[in-house]
Amino acid sequence: MANDNIIEIKNISKSFGDKCILKDVSISVKKGEFLTLLGPSGCGKTTLLRILAGFGSADSGEILINGKDITNVPPHERPVNTVFQRYALFPHLDVYENIAFGLKLQKVPTDEIDRRVRKVLKMVSMTDYEDRDVDSLSGGQQQRVAIARAIVNQPQVLLLDEPLSALDLKMRKDMQIELKEMHRKLGITFIYVTHDQEEALTLSDTIVVLDDGVIQQIGTPTDIYNEPQNSFVADFIGESNILNGRMIKDRLVEFAGHEFECVDEGFGENVDVDVVVRPEDIYIMNKVDNAQIVGKVKSCTFKGVHYEMFVDTDKGYELMIQDYNAFEPDTEVGLIIRPADIQVMHKERTRNVYEGEMTDDTHVKFMNGEFECLPQEGLSAGDKVTVEVDFSKVELIDHPEDGVLQGEVYFLLYKGDHYHLTVRTDDREHIWVDTNDIWDKGDLVGINIAPTDIKINRRHE
Amino acid sequence: MNKRSSWALPYAIFLVLFVALPLILIMVYAFQDSSGSFTFANFTKFFTDADAIGTFALSLEVAIENTAICILLGYPAAWILANRKLNRSAVTIVLFIMPMWINALMRTLATAELFHMVGIQLGKGTLLVGMVYDYLPFMIYPIYNILNKMDKSYAEAAADLGATPWQVFWKVQVPLSMPGVVSGIMMVFMPTVSTFAISEFLTNNKIKLFGTIIQENINSSMWNYGAALSLIMLVIIGITTLLQDNNKENSGVIV
Repeated sequence: MANDNIIEIKNISKSFGDKCILKDVSISVKKGEFLTLLGPSGCGKTTLLRILAGFGSADSGEILINGKDITNVPPHERPVNTVFQRYALFPHLDVYENIAFGLKLQKVPTDEIDRRVRKVLKMVSMTDYEDRDVDSLSGGQQQRVAIARAIVNQPQVLLLDEPLSALDLKMRKDMQIELKEMHRKLGITFIYVTHDQEEALTLSDTIVVLDDGVIQQIGTPTDIYNEPQNSFVADFIGESNILNGRMIKDRLVEFAGHEFECVDEGFGENVDVDVVVRPEDIYIMNKVDNAQIVGKVKSCTFKGVHYEMFVDTDKGYELMIQDYNAFEPDTEVGLIIRPADIQVMHKERTRNVYEGEMTDDTHVKFMNGEFECLPQEGLSAGDKVTVEVDFSKVELIDHPEDGVLQGEVYFLLYKGDHYHLTVRTDDREHIWVDTNDIWDKGDLVGINIAPTDIKINRRHE
Repeated sequence: MNKRSSWALPYAIFLVLFVALPLILIMVYAFQDSSGSFTFANFTKFFTDADAIGTFALSLEVAIENTAICILLGYPAAWILANRKLNRSAVTIVLFIMPMWINALMRTLATAELFHMVGIQLGKGTLLVGMVYDYLPFMIYPIYNILNKMDKSYAEAAADLGATPWQVFWKVQVPLSMPGVVSGIMMVFMPTVSTFAISEFLTNNKIKLFGTIIQENINSSMWNYGAALSLIMLVIIGITTLLQDNNKENSGVIV
């Protein structure tokens, strides 16, 4: 393998206490690449960046830069520089001294320091600010100084920790363009952390989508947007309609009560899948004759460039559609989706499956909770079993203390005609729930399962 | 006067009675002789009296030495207390701060008794030990406070730019903690200049400090000379406070 990878992150895991932040994360970064770590807050992206910079250590795994193991190298000896989220400019030094800080430590001759500081100041368009106090600068200017302070050292890798998050929208857009331009001019590797999917799509060569410490997908912005590998990625990147579907055979998929031609093959026949259709990929028209789906407009909102409409289909699904033309509420409309615009994904799971243990012949213990079940013939206390529960059979209740287990709604996905929730229990186990009730992320819930809905099989070791 | 500002009235009265009025009285007395007529004699008496000038110089010397020792001992202590790797418990901080809660006079008497017990001659050495013991918490606390609140991304940024831990300390953490040191100096230096009880107890009145002669003059009813000396001391304290005010912008430490 020709090795033009500047950074190899190999099997990094990290936990704080019993909280697992990163699980077996491996990423290769090519020289000169603009790589973005993207994910919601708490997904572990900043932790990973800090491990790269040397401010935190991983519990296991290693990091190579230019083929050299730097896992145990202290931060000041690493060939990387960081642009911090809150800039961390030294308040006791002026702009010039801040930028020259690293060069002075390296004992670079004064005239060269002067030359290089002026060069980067020009690069970030801050030429006349060298004598200014850093506290007197605006957020955008501080940002530029922070970038200048890092790149003046000519690092092989520049790490950026949500550098634009403190700026207003307009400024952020301008800085995105400048960063991209800077990356091109410098030709060094950028590793960029953000929770802003649009920023990631705009800037990156490669995006790594992280959730809950696990890599969900690595790919180019177009890959990630057009071919999300799971419903999390589809939901997190851009707007999308995510629906339960069934692959009838190659190139034919059924969802929203209709069979569609598609371009996906190799899933097998009659396999449950998730289907993603981007709202801008659904064609909406007044004619209903040739339409694949017929429905009625429920709401229509002007979004600047396009209108965003929700359409209730005659089969009981709700779809989001973006179009340049407005269709008034209550209009009968027809919808068409082209085969290439349908993204079919394997389902990560079709039901909840846990390993458990019988406590007596009518009780089973799994996920650290003891549930009542139907009398099990031939099973007695202590027997190891596999427990299966359908998504729709899990009952969530308002009062956590009334449930067998307590948990928090961690992630929710609207699937056209119902919500698919990920609930995280107090022991950090996950249970997936299909429901028509409306819950919010962060809601505390009790979890119950009726005895008839618990399927138990003996587990053979 | 609107309703809200009338709430300030009790404080205004307090200020007038206990701050403004005494200051005015000091001013008036300082420029009067015992019969009440205007004079500069009190000041000329001080500036021509070698003994008084000597006491004044000694007071400054002791105050400077005390402050310097407090910085040398207090900074490392504050640094260790603020470092979560070295100090995980809030209890140790309380242990360091606790002497501040005990009356200084009692501590001083106890210290004198201690020297007496182990048979150490009272003198300048014991005076300094007692002063450092009394004032060290006032140095540690503001420095600890600023170190504790210091954004650790500054240290990380410096390390990221190639600074060794030693360089991080000297080039970033020390300069950024200067406002804490300045507050500490104010809280140690100013009271030591005017102290008299500590020197009385810890030197058996062998060493007289500036505060001592003010107290002696006032006690022996030489109010005018005492007031003049107080005024001189106020000027010194005023100057040091002004120096601190210049640093206030980046201080953030108010104790």
